[in-house]
Amino acid sequence: MRNILDLEGRLVGEAPIDIETTRRLYRALIETRAYDKKGTTLQRQGRLATYAPLLGQEAAQVGSAAALDPHDWMVATYRDAGAMWMQGYPWEVLLLSRSGDERGGRPPVHVDVLPPSITVGAHMIHAVGISWAEKLQGTDRIAITYFGDGATSEGDFHEAMNFAGVFKTPTVFLCQNNGYAISMPRERQTASDTIAQKADAYGMVGEQVDGNDLFAVYEATKEAVDRARAGEGATLIEAVTYRVGPHTTNDDPGRYRDPEEERLALDRDPIERVRRYLEHEGAWDADWEEAVQAKASTTIERAVELAESLLPPSPEDIFGAVYEEMSPDLRRQFEQVTS
Amino acid sequence: MSELTLAGALTDALATALDKDQRVLVIGEDVGQTGGVFRITDGLIGRFGDQRVIDTPVAESGIVGAAFGMAVAGLRPVAEIQFMGFSYPAYDQILSHVARIRNRSQHRFSAPMVIRMPCGGGFGAAEHHSESTEAIYAHIPGLKVVIPATPYDAKGLLLAAIDSPDPVIFLEPIRLYRLVREEVPEGYYTVEIGKARIETEGSDVSIITWGAMTHEVREAVEVLAADGISAEMVDLRTLRPLDEDAIIDSVQKTGRAVVVQEAPKTAGFGAEIAALIGERALYSLHAPVERVAGWDTTIPLKKAEHRYMPTTEAIVAAARRTLDA
Repeated sequence: MRNILDLEGRLVGEAPIDIETTRRLYRALIETRAYDKKGTTLQRQGRLATYAPLLGQEAAQVGSAAALDPHDWMVATYRDAGAMWMQGYPWEVLLLSRSGDERGGRPPVHVDVLPPSITVGAHMIHAVGISWAEKLQGTDRIAITYFGDGATSEGDFHEAMNFAGVFKTPTVFLCQNNGYAISMPRERQTASDTIAQKADAYGMVGEQVDGNDLFAVYEATKEAVDRARAGEGATLIEAVTYRVGPHTTNDDPGRYRDPEEERLALDRDPIERVRRYLEHEGAWDADWEEAVQAKASTTIERAVELAESLLPPSPEDIFGAVYEEMSPDLRRQFEQVTS
Repeated sequence: MSELTLAGALTDALATALDKDQRVLVIGEDVGQTGGVFRITDGLIGRFGDQRVIDTPVAESGIVGAAFGMAVAGLRPVAEIQFMGFSYPAYDQILSHVARIRNRSQHRFSAPMVIRMPCGGGFGAAEHHSESTEAIYAHIPGLKVVIPATPYDAKGLLLAAIDSPDPVIFLEPIRLYRLVREEVPEGYYTVEIGKARIETEGSDVSIITWGAMTHEVREAVEVLAADGISAEMVDLRTLRPLDEDAIIDSVQKTGRAVVVQEAPKTAGFGAEIAALIGERALYSLHAPVERVAGWDTTIPLKKAEHRYMPTTEAIVAAARRTLDA
């Protein structure tokens, strides 16, 4: 398993990014966690629909997305807000998507990040098709897709990996193995020793990395992105992490796992590891931390205000987005609603 | 103009589209050198190359899912599923993603793509090769469902489908592939999606159908005419969006309706037509709406298939019942 930063924040390999970039990504980790905590709080207050926490997976998401170019495509899931935000999907739009509002699936025009996939597993082939189209059109854009260990059990995982292998599409498969698919542990998803080894069967590169190690995730993803852009095909990265929170706010992990396990996971916290590293390097102090936390908090509060300031979707939003133009039969129904 | 079968008209449409628009590509199983199991893509790989006529692994969900990604990224894929009965592995992709991306992204992304699939029975094929499950596609918001019955319409509708900004399920009645030839214009033209076609005008009874059953309905119209009964034949051509006005106009004129479908009767698309007539033309009716359909059985295999298929005689009898009522 690729590892660069140990639990104490000491380098056991070479840092793939400089201190200034690391500080920038540290701020992104803090902001992602602030969003995530806010998501759970808002759901408890009845201000969001179901929320799926990403707590503990911040480095896997921020580190991998940091390796992309701004114009690269991303096809991710309901638990990947950190990665999607890194690629330009605004916090307020992510909040909308979790509040039960279709407009949460509409990122700004220059952001080619698909709305978060809610079904498990069917979206990976979309990244294959997208990146294949880019290859056929001769651009240098690649696509990354995020999914969990549970999704690798779906038949669509096989079809996506197989197409990517056969057609050498410029795709990065980023699996966050967070140990659980709702209640089912990773061992119940596959008898393989690793998820990464599945890449062998599709003739592509596969690698397991410490998903709580920002540097390892970044470096492995960067190599995969470079390979894809160079026409050398797809890569499967298994980022081994841990879902510290429940599957969603409707879930109770106490029914299926020992709380001690969650406590132990705190020792592997992906953000604390980067903080210690920066401190060792003389690039962290308490004042800066306070400023970073305050900025993150303000940013997320502002996003909540923006998301909550919108009126609910209108009948035009609902009827008007089934087709490019409303068909006559649909217009008759629309008029029943609005008359 | 050239005399083409429906199959030949489809090949011509694909070649025309590939020639006209660099974004168009064909993707599916055996669509390359083999030209597809029904030879609809015959010769295209030689003319347009293997980057635009793409043979894939055997994986219907993968074909549709990859084509979906291509469409999102700006191409205009035409995916071929070898038989309608093999489309169900892709059903999740079609329902959950292809049909919904415009809504779930509020127009930010869309999937302008065509999924072609041969449909229908009556030719003694192996199990799963004779399906008429159009209702499971026509039920889904976000999809258009098209089913041509003539060579002219086949070409024009396929070109319109490829140009459609929204995904189209394009059903091809296998029985009609090589049944007749007709004059088909060369070059580009379209037939509007969402518009029915009145093949024969009549005043006594409307017979509403689509796809391969147009063949039996045409025969029934002739039998009835010989008896002095003037039947109007409505070929829907598009099931969604449905040309409601064409159906209602016809039924208001004739006062009688027979709906003919090859699919099993219960919850078939014919039920939707009958309900629509009940909603919008009830007071024009002189008789209950008749449905002629396949039985509510799995379509039988070769030896007993003839017991399933709706016949010309059954259509004639249903029309007579509406006149006797």
